[in-house]
Amino acid sequence: MLETRAHPNRLGIWGWLGGGRWGAERYLYTLHRLTGLGLVTYFLLHILVTSSRALGPEAWQQAMNTVTGPVFKVGEFLVFLAFAFHAVNGIRLALIELGFGVGGPIEPIYPYRTSLDVQRPLAVVALLLAAVLAVMGTLNFWVLD
Amino acid sequence: MMRDQKLWTWHLAAGAVILVFLGLHMTVMHLDKIVLLASVNPAGGHPIDWQNVLARGKSAAFAVTYVVLLGAALFHGLYGLRNILFELDPARGLKRAISAVLLIVGIGLFVVGTWAAIASHTLAKAM
Repeated sequence: MLETRAHPNRLGIWGWLGGGRWGAERYLYTLHRLTGLGLVTYFLLHILVTSSRALGPEAWQQAMNTVTGPVFKVGEFLVFLAFAFHAVNGIRLALIELGFGVGGPIEPIYPYRTSLDVQRPLAVVALLLAAVLAVMGTLNFWVLD
Repeated sequence: MMRDQKLWTWHLAAGAVILVFLGLHMTVMHLDKIVLLASVNPAGGHPIDWQNVLARGKSAAFAVTYVVLLGAALFHGLYGLRNILFELDPARGLKRAISAVLLIVGIGLFVVGTWAAIASHTLAKAM
């Protein structure tokens, strides 16, 4: 791990929260981490809870009864929102990393063509798409259910 | 470092797999009133009602994709968690311990989840 030794993460966890001298996308990065941590926590428990279906209807019903009520419903909704953001932002990150449709990296000098003309609009589109998914989820969770 | 580059490539590839299958999973589970999939929610009501769980369990395609999603998501999630933890620059021994624990958790849950997918498919076909 020579890289991390040479550039220690001096700010630690607090470094995740501030935008610092990075662009607005830095906050998307923070949100990607937070949603990722939330999703993985949910997922590990989700595997255990839903595996009860293999034991038959009674075991399934018992498992579902323990994860019911308003608290779990709100939690599930938050998981959906985290999914919506993490998925769309993940597409954005993959496109930028692989250079698909956004071009290769250039030197970050004025007028910041790639960052401002390509990556920023991409971030806006990603957020809009996540918002559309969030609205669909909100309707499904709270209006149509 | 070569090894981490490879794992990172797998992280991206797993992300693409998850995008497809978790997209389907979320659509079936949480967008069922908007994206109407009559064939997936045959008993009506809620997707987690036992009759619907049973109907999905009968499908071999569901069982297979559950296992694919399980593996991809476990790797993606745990490797992502490992990256976050490693960024806090733990000592070498602690890094090894983190990797070992995450590997054990990942394999353990993969075994549990795969068993559940196969066992529930077998059960559903028998019912």
